[in-house]
Amino acid sequence: MNNPRMTLSDVSRRRMLTGGGAAVAGALLVGCTSNDPVNAAATNAGPVAAPGANSTPGKKVRITFSGPVADHGFVAAVNSFAKKQAATYSDVDFKVLEAAADAPSQIAAVQTAIAEKPDALIIFPQDGDQLTGVGKAATAAGIPVINLDRKFNDQSAFRLFLAGDNYRVGFIAGQYIGSKLKGKTGAVIGEITGIQTLALTKERSQGFADALALSGLTVTRQVNAQFTVQSGQQAMANLLAAAPHIDAVFNHDDDQNIGSEAAAAQANRKEFFIVGNACSNTMLKHIKAGDARIEADITFTPAISGTAVALARLIAQERLPSDFAGLPVPSQMLIDSKLVTKDNVDQYAQFGWD
Amino acid sequence: MTELTQAAPGNAASGGTGAAAPGGTGPRSSFRHWLRNDASEPVRRNLGLVAVLVLLYLIGAWSRPDIFLHADRLWTNELTVLTLASSVGVIAIGMTFVIISGGIDLSVGALLALASVWSTTVATQQYGVGVMLFTSVLVGSVSGLVNGVLIAYGRLAPFIATLAMMVAARGLAQKISAKSTQVVKVEGITAIAQNTLLGIPWLVIIFAVVAALAWVLLNRTTFGRRTAAIGGNAEAARLAGISVQRTQVLIYILSGLCCGIAAVMVTAQANAGSSDHGNLYELQAIAAAIIGGTVLTGGRGTIVGSVLGVLVFTSITNLFIVNNLAIEYQLIAQGVIIVAAVLIQQFRVGTLRRGGST
Repeated sequence: MNNPRMTLSDVSRRRMLTGGGAAVAGALLVGCTSNDPVNAAATNAGPVAAPGANSTPGKKVRITFSGPVADHGFVAAVNSFAKKQAATYSDVDFKVLEAAADAPSQIAAVQTAIAEKPDALIIFPQDGDQLTGVGKAATAAGIPVINLDRKFNDQSAFRLFLAGDNYRVGFIAGQYIGSKLKGKTGAVIGEITGIQTLALTKERSQGFADALALSGLTVTRQVNAQFTVQSGQQAMANLLAAAPHIDAVFNHDDDQNIGSEAAAAQANRKEFFIVGNACSNTMLKHIKAGDARIEADITFTPAISGTAVALARLIAQERLPSDFAGLPVPSQMLIDSKLVTKDNVDQYAQFGWD
Repeated sequence: MTELTQAAPGNAASGGTGAAAPGGTGPRSSFRHWLRNDASEPVRRNLGLVAVLVLLYLIGAWSRPDIFLHADRLWTNELTVLTLASSVGVIAIGMTFVIISGGIDLSVGALLALASVWSTTVATQQYGVGVMLFTSVLVGSVSGLVNGVLIAYGRLAPFIATLAMMVAARGLAQKISAKSTQVVKVEGITAIAQNTLLGIPWLVIIFAVVAALAWVLLNRTTFGRRTAAIGGNAEAARLAGISVQRTQVLIYILSGLCCGIAAVMVTAQANAGSSDHGNLYELQAIAAAIIGGTVLTGGRGTIVGSVLGVLVFTSITNLFIVNNLAIEYQLIAQGVIIVAAVLIQQFRVGTLRRGGST
C-alpha cells in the first residue's frame, strides 16, 4: 500500500483478484493429485500357487502378517501379494497389521499380535537386527515365525527364513548376456548397480561377474545409481558418454531402468540391450512390445510374500509340502529367480508391480 | 533505489579502491590494482573456476584421449555434462539469490520432487503438456511463497522454515505418488529432454536462458540490488527504504519457481515423476553457489560463479565415470574442492581486510 494514489476499492479489488486467482489455482492443483486411473485398468489375477495335494482345505488357521511402511513400490507390492495369496485359501484367517513406520512401532505391533496367539506369524522386518528380539518372543510363545526378506540375526527367532536370492539375480543376468555375447572379442558390458554399500548390491554384482566369467567375459564399466529413476538416468547418461559402443547393460533395478531407458533414448543410442531386474509392469510391457532396449528381466519379485503365506499355512497346519518326499517345510529358503524374455513374458505378467 | 550501489552496505567499506597498490607504476600497477581490487574479486574467482575446468579437461585429455581429443566425441561428452548440470544448475541459480539475501533454502530438492509428482499424476497427465508445465511451476512457486511468508512475516529462521518445508514437501510427494514411480505418458514432456536446437539439447538451452535472465535480474534491476542489500545488512537496507519482508518473499518465490522449472527438466529426463527426484539437490546447489563465490553470510555472489560451480562438480563426476573410477574417490574430491574454495575465500577476505586497514 505504499502507492498513495491507490484507493481502498483498488486495494480490495486487487485482493479479490489475487484471492480468486489463488483459489482457482488451488482447486486446479488439488484436482490434479488424483492417481486413480482414468479408465479402470484390468487388475492382475495375482500369483496363485499351482494346485496340488496341499491346496485341499485343512485345519482352520490364523496367520498374522507384519510389514514395513512401503518406501518403494516394491515393498508396497510385497504387502499386497501376501493378501492376494491368503485370499485363495478358505482355511486361512489372514490378518495384516498396520504397516510400521519404524522398527520400534513394528516391535510394538508384533508384541500385540503375539498376545492374540496366531497359528503363524509372518514378519517382513523394517530392520532384521532390531526385530530379532520380538521374533524370539513369538517363538518362545509357541508361534512359528516366518522371517521374510531381511534376516534376523539369530536362528532361534524364526521357524522359516525366506528371501529372494540376490546372487542368483546377477548370475542369471550374467548367463543371459553371456549366452548372447559369448565369443565376441572386446564385448563392452555395462552394469548399473543400486546403492553400492548394500550387501544385496554386492551379491548381485558378484553373481553377475561370476556368470560372465563362465563365458570368458568381464564387466567393462560399472556405474552406480540409488534405486531411483533420476539416478538411473544420470548413470546411463554418463555410461553412454564414456563408451561410444556398448553391447549389453545389466541394470540392477527396474525403477532405475525407467531413467536409463530415457537416457538412452535422449542420446539416441540403440546398439545395445538391457537386462533388468524385479519385473515391474512398465518393463514387462516394454519386453512384450519390444519397443525399448530392455530385452530380458529377472523375477526378483515381491510375490515372494505369497510364498511366505503358502508356507506359513502348511507350517501352521502341521502339514508336509506335497513334493518334498515326506519331509517338512525347510527352515531356510532362498527363492531362485527366472529369466523373463519376450517368449515367456505372458507367463510372468502376474508378478508385475507398479 | 538507484542510490544503492551493487556492493552491499556491509561490504562497501572493505577493499581499497586504488589505494591498495602503493608504489606501483604503469601497467604492472594497474594489474596489481586489479588483483587486489574488491570490485574485480568475482571476476578473478570466476577465472579461477574456469582454470579448474581447463585443468579437468587436461586431466581428461591425458586419461581418455579417445574422448577428449576427438572433436565429435568431446562435443557429445560435454553436451552430456551440460545436460546433467542443467537441472541442478537452475536450482543453484535460485539458491544464489537466496544466499545473497542472507538466507538459505534447504527445501529445493523436496520441492522439485513435489512438483514432479504433482505434475505427473494420472489426473494431471490427462490434461496434457500445458497443464503439466503449469502445475509444476505453480507448485514450486506457491511452496516458495509459503517459505517466504514463514521467514519474512513469521520471523522463522530460513534454516528452520525451509528444513520444515523439505521434510513436509518430500512427505506430501510420497503421499501423492503412493511412493511409486509415475511414468510420463505425454510425449510433449519427453520431447523436452530429447529435442535439440542446432544440435544443442533443449535442457541446456533452458539452463542458459534461466542463467541469462537471472544475471539481468541480479545485476540490472532494483530487485537484484535489494537482494544484495538485505543480505549485506538488512537493517541498513530497511533504513534505506527497502521493504525487506516483501523482497524476501519474492526471493523465496523465485527459488521455488526455479524448483518448478527444474522439476519439468528432471521429469522429462527421467521420463517419470518420483518422490525420490532431486535427492540431495539442496546440498549440491549450496556447494555450487559457495565454490562460485557466493558468501554464506549474504551480501555478495554471482550467477556466473554458481553456473561454473555446477559445471565443476558435474565435470568431476563425468571425469570419474569415463575413467571407470569408483564413486568414493569422486566424493572425496568434491569435498576437497569445497574446502579449498572456502579457504581461498577466507584468504581473500583476510588480505582485503589487511589491505583496507593499512
